Amino acid sequence: MTAGTITPDRSDLGAGRDGFAQLLRAEWTKFRTVRGWIIGMAVAALVTVLIGLLTASGSHCSANGQTCHPSVPVGPDGEAVTDSFYFVHQPLAGNGSITVQVTSLTGVIPPLTARAPAGQGQGQGPLTGGRPGVQPWTKAGIIVKENTSQGSAYAAIMVTGAHGVRMQYNYTHDKAGLAGGVSAASPRWLRLTRSGDTLTGEESADGTHWTTVGTAHLAGLPATVQAGLFAASPGYSQITQQHFGGETGTGGPTHATAAFDQVRLQGTWPSGAWRAEAVGASGAGDSSLDEFKQAGGTFTVSGSGDIAPEVVGSAGAGPGQPIERTLAGAFAGLIAVIVVATMFITAEYRRGLIRTTLAASPRRGRVLVAKAIVIGSVAFVAGLVAAAVALPLDTRILRANGNLLLPVGSLTELRVIVGTAALLAVAAVLALAVGAVLRRSAAAVTAGIVAIVLPYILATAYVLPTGPSQWLLRLTPAAAFAIQQSIPQYPQVSNDYTPVFGYYPLAPWAGFAVLCAYATLALGLAVVRLRRRDA
Amino acid sequence: MRQALHAEWTKLRTTPGPGWLLVAAIALTVALSAMVVAAAHYPFAGPDQVLDLTKLSLSGIQLGQALVAILAVLVISNEYHTGMIRTTLTAIPRRPTVLAAKAAIVSGVVLAAGAIAALGCLLVGRLIPPGHGFTTAHGYSALSLTDGPTLRAVAGSALYLTLIALLSLGAATAVRDSATAIGIVLGLLYLFPILTQAVTNPHWQRHLKQLAPMTAGLAIQATTNLRSLPISPWAGLGVLAAWATAALLAGGLLLHLRDA
Repeated sequence: MTAGTITPDRSDLGAGRDGFAQLLRAEWTKFRTVRGWIIGMAVAALVTVLIGLLTASGSHCSANGQTCHPSVPVGPDGEAVTDSFYFVHQPLAGNGSITVQVTSLTGVIPPLTARAPAGQGQGQGPLTGGRPGVQPWTKAGIIVKENTSQGSAYAAIMVTGAHGVRMQYNYTHDKAGLAGGVSAASPRWLRLTRSGDTLTGEESADGTHWTTVGTAHLAGLPATVQAGLFAASPGYSQITQQHFGGETGTGGPTHATAAFDQVRLQGTWPSGAWRAEAVGASGAGDSSLDEFKQAGGTFTVSGSGDIAPEVVGSAGAGPGQPIERTLAGAFAGLIAVIVVATMFITAEYRRGLIRTTLAASPRRGRVLVAKAIVIGSVAFVAGLVAAAVALPLDTRILRANGNLLLPVGSLTELRVIVGTAALLAVAAVLALAVGAVLRRSAAAVTAGIVAIVLPYILATAYVLPTGPSQWLLRLTPAAAFAIQQSIPQYPQVSNDYTPVFGYYPLAPWAGFAVLCAYATLALGLAVVRLRRRDA
Repeated sequence: MRQALHAEWTKLRTTPGPGWLLVAAIALTVALSAMVVAAAHYPFAGPDQVLDLTKLSLSGIQLGQALVAILAVLVISNEYHTGMIRTTLTAIPRRPTVLAAKAAIVSGVVLAAGAIAALGCLLVGRLIPPGHGFTTAHGYSALSLTDGPTLRAVAGSALYLTLIALLSLGAATAVRDSATAIGIVLGLLYLFPILTQAVTNPHWQRHLKQLAPMTAGLAIQATTNLRSLPISPWAGLGVLAAWATAALLAGGLLLHLRDA
């Protein structure tokens, strides 16, 4: 035996790299090799689509035993609009302007006892036994419109029932001018000028001092447009919420009459004669009272209807539904995602794998972040596939079944689809973080579901009054469902903007940010607790 | 069977989880009820509409049921996680007896806790609304157990929680894993109301409400406008009982057929 050095047995393999990419790869391997989790995520996508298919094929619109085929005009930006009014117009070639003095705006609204027939939108049918009165958004003024078909581009300056002078264009845009009503004692002068694609609305209280209310750029406006005077009055509706389900509506069409003086035209007006016509006469409103009278310099225009974006539960075309109705199945997908995301961490504790994981990667915070990225990405993909299949497919089925689904711009549709996927992804991160904090699957899954789903149910199931319902959808993670809201709340349309009708108190991305805040907070807490406690 | 009951009672009594869950279930039920009731002011909608104060006061059950479900799920799935189930089944080889004993013990404690929670809700519904305009002048009398429908709603709510516990126990016995089981149970409970809103066809809506374990089961809480309900109170509780029975039978069958 000779004395010599003892060489310890060393592995031929080089040391493993300790990068974040390796950590991500390890977590991804853990995820994809557990069959139950892959099945769980597939189930999440599948139930989202299947439930959408079921609800879509189970929703048939039928009126008087016949399938209905409702349609709604679509505005320049792809959104559903209401476009029916009484239009006194003549063609305007090239640039020009109209100036008028408005001396009165009066109207008729339905009797208090009028009840909207079941299954019919408010604002339809004849107006009988009306009483005098104007709606807050009864409007009359000057309009320049691409053509007389519904949904075409326009810009208008108008006086309203209760919101003063407004400049509105292309249905969704609204700018306020002088406040106050209009009467013979305090008339309003309005002017609308076309110059190329630019339309400028001006107002004046005395006819000499003019201020600009707003400027609209209507891209692609043809050389010859229809310009003139209009009057419209949206349907009157009063919706009473019934406790624990349903609502009853009272309402009916309304009518407006406006008097215009000192109508002055500038520019080239080839026909030189006024034509009066009800745009969208078959739509909302009662056109039997429409009329146009010209006595000397005074024009009297009476009309009904509205020029505005269509909203859910609105007084316009009837019971339109938002496209996010097709994504009700996402709640089922959400529950499946929460279960899988929670197990992604709690299973490590149950099996003791967490000790191996932390031995291999002692920087604990990074482990959790890697897990969050993996589970979030997987949930995002599952949600994206599900929503991208469910939304277009179910929209088509619902429309074929005679339901009115309010169209929206393609960017909004994209936001609804991607937003649903992002919601699932962030919910998965939240569930993972809660699972890391609680370490118990049953409690963590319940916490996740109760925090996201229960507030939504309480807010939309008529249990709470509107105020507290809105607070629930501001403060709890359920706020994130705002990202699915496709029809925004328009101040220039009177409507019941409550959670029951799918209107969230927060803007889409703000609501989503609430969920993100919860997820970040929970993940932070989970990292702190993971570092401080023994695994 | 007596030994089995005693064994299950000992298991439940000597682990800290169930006790805390029951306390939390009671506390959260009453807390949510208090918040919902405090949010309601007269007139709630129109003066011509009668608000079902009893049902409103018992809204907290919708949250409390989640904790009851956890308790019931853990009673069986914890045994699978820890391997205790093998000891249990060695001691009592007749598996239906084990499940029956678990069901009996869980029902007992949940019924007791549910009764306390429901009475707490009733107290909340008795104390807060008069200050919010729900007075005799407006046609509302203080909630009282001597009123038949209110008694039915309160007792029914305790029974509702018991049936939810049995449904959860059955589901957990069938799938064994606690996260999956609680996901299935809460999905069954909370998804139906959302789907009901998504379907526009009134017939489908009605049938969904009659079928859904939560919507049908909670019909027991209604005290006014019973005719407008999609399902009568006791029939609704019957639907939930059918769900619970089906879950227990499925769980029992799988427990009987599978290795532990």
